[in-house]
Amino acid sequence: MTLTRKGQAVTLIGLLSLAGVYVRAIGYTPIEIHQGLAQKIFYIHVPAAIYAEVAMMLVGLGGVLYLFLKDPRLDRFAAASAEVGTAFAVVVLTTGPIWGKTVWGTWWAWDARLTSTLLLFFLYIGYLLLRGTVTDPGARARYSAVVGICGTALIPFIHLSVYLFRTLHPQPIILKPSAPSLPWSMLETWLLSLGAFTVLYVGFVMQRYAIGAEERDHA
Amino acid sequence: MREVIAHALGIVRKDLVLEFRTRTGFISAAAFTAMVLMIFEFGRDPTAVPTIDLAPTILWITFSFGAMLALNRAFQLELENQALDGLLLAPISRTSLYWGKLLANLAFVAGVEAVGLPLFVLFFNVPVGHVLGALVGVIVLATVGFVAVGTLFSAMVIRTRFAELLLLVLLLPFLVAPLVAAVSITSALFAGRPLSEVMAWLKLLAAYDIVFVTLATLLFPSTVEE
Amino acid sequence: MLLAEGLTHAFGSVRALDGITFELPAGRTLAIFGPNGAGKTTLLRVLAGLIRPQRGRVEMQGGRRAIGWLGHQSHLYGYLSVVENLRFWAALYGVPRAEREVRARVVMEQVGLTDRAGQLVRTLSRGLLQRAAIARALVHDPSILLLDEPFTGLDLAAAAELRRLLAAAVRAGHTVVLATHNVEEGAELATDVAFQRAGRFLHFAPRADREPRVIADLYRAALADA
Repeated sequence: MTLTRKGQAVTLIGLLSLAGVYVRAIGYTPIEIHQGLAQKIFYIHVPAAIYAEVAMMLVGLGGVLYLFLKDPRLDRFAAASAEVGTAFAVVVLTTGPIWGKTVWGTWWAWDARLTSTLLLFFLYIGYLLLRGTVTDPGARARYSAVVGICGTALIPFIHLSVYLFRTLHPQPIILKPSAPSLPWSMLETWLLSLGAFTVLYVGFVMQRYAIGAEERDHA
Repeated sequence: MREVIAHALGIVRKDLVLEFRTRTGFISAAAFTAMVLMIFEFGRDPTAVPTIDLAPTILWITFSFGAMLALNRAFQLELENQALDGLLLAPISRTSLYWGKLLANLAFVAGVEAVGLPLFVLFFNVPVGHVLGALVGVIVLATVGFVAVGTLFSAMVIRTRFAELLLLVLLLPFLVAPLVAAVSITSALFAGRPLSEVMAWLKLLAAYDIVFVTLATLLFPSTVEE
Repeated sequence: MLLAEGLTHAFGSVRALDGITFELPAGRTLAIFGPNGAGKTTLLRVLAGLIRPQRGRVEMQGGRRAIGWLGHQSHLYGYLSVVENLRFWAALYGVPRAEREVRARVVMEQVGLTDRAGQLVRTLSRGLLQRAAIARALVHDPSILLLDEPFTGLDLAAAAELRRLLAAAVRAGHTVVLATHNVEEGAELATDVAFQRAGRFLHFAPRADREPRVIADLYRAALADA
């Protein structure tokens, strides 16, 4: 079985489990009293946000390993992870406003998660643009590694500054999608969704990696 | 170590002589800074928002734009006659080269800021005399880490198409943390509040500088070595 | 003495060097001939330490400090004068401060630029720029000279002048490696000759007083066989 096929299979499993999560979320998990059905977005929104960020850390890790080992496969992995991370960031940035509109009454409220994900999204855009501009594969891999590592190092600073900014400038609405005391049934559904997203991440990266390998073989 | 610093200073001296002889770069950046300040005056409603509330934002947006314009300059100087290859062939450490470029960029940005600050005081009538020492300290803290990342990135993008634009896109996410911190600290300073109130921001800036100067020094060789 | 052992390097899927091994005793001049894309520039850049080869090693007396590099770019700063450029590069190559001025005078004398010492490099003609580039390559008194297509872009007179200066350098006892695609230009300087193609040496032998014309015939035959 080729890597593409394997990736497709893994992705299919991920999508099926996500569908399963939603059957559970809508049919068997209680409806949140203040937010109503809109809260169901949370089962996509938060795992996607987590994986958008994990993907960037793996881009950075791939970069560090590439600079030491100079194995082009590590660079292809980093590139694949960056594209998947971008897609997840887009999911966060679209589900966030949909949820915000119903619950907050406004599409965008500079909430901590949306703001950090937006920054992360811009980081990915820069990373992918740089990859598109550099033609020499060796230079592209080195440059990407450098930007990926710096991007990973930036993540704590993004969180810290967004957090400090919020504490010093109180937001009109303090409701967060992740209420501190989540009932067990919701947490369970959410954890299942996180699992589904893990599988999806792996499946997407495998497929993207396979495409990268093909591009190289045809070059 | 002494040799590393001596070589870095040699590169800085050379860059400053070149800058002084051509001047175009510095004059453009300084004029640009002055014009951004002017645009802010016309781009707001003076009756709606008191200047003092907007002043820190104006100052830092202006400085950030001025700094970003300056960053490609250091490696641009080395494109003429492929001088960069000459530097890489020379028996000096990559750290010397990076620090030389970082210091030259910092000197350049400091120059732009030194022009921008008095103009800011003049245009917006913000009294800074009583907090000048602290303000300069914040400017240094907020500039160093950001210029360190910018210098590192400019070494890569300089040989690509759209170098100027690409640098801006790569760099803006890195600007947010120091910018927010600097604006918050400056607000506290202008409002006469004690620095202890913004200790968290000061720590963030210091951590940012340490992390990114170290990281950029370690990563720089990968941007120039094949 | 210059030793290269099993040098192998690829850019992506392109093998620029494929196991090149040779030894060049001190004071000899190796001319490497090959078509464009044979990997000559990569070989020189590996010898100079600009590229770390994926496999193989380079050994030489004196390390990187002992190398003088001349490519088709001058590595000179247009807004510095000839003597300022020479002082700057001498400093980077570790020439002690007290000797930099003397060394600059000596090499300017060698290439006939003494009366242009104070002139900005950007105002030099193509021919004079080439001489300044040679002065730069020699300013730290290197024992090894690496020359990458130094004749590219020169008119007949300038090329003849360059050959004269290089012949003088060879007589002065430098070890020289010269890469060019033009056999006629390089052959008469050489004591040893190599033909390179697709990252390999097809031929590596002392020139043994063969005429450039004879070497050109050998070269064509070797390429036709390969």
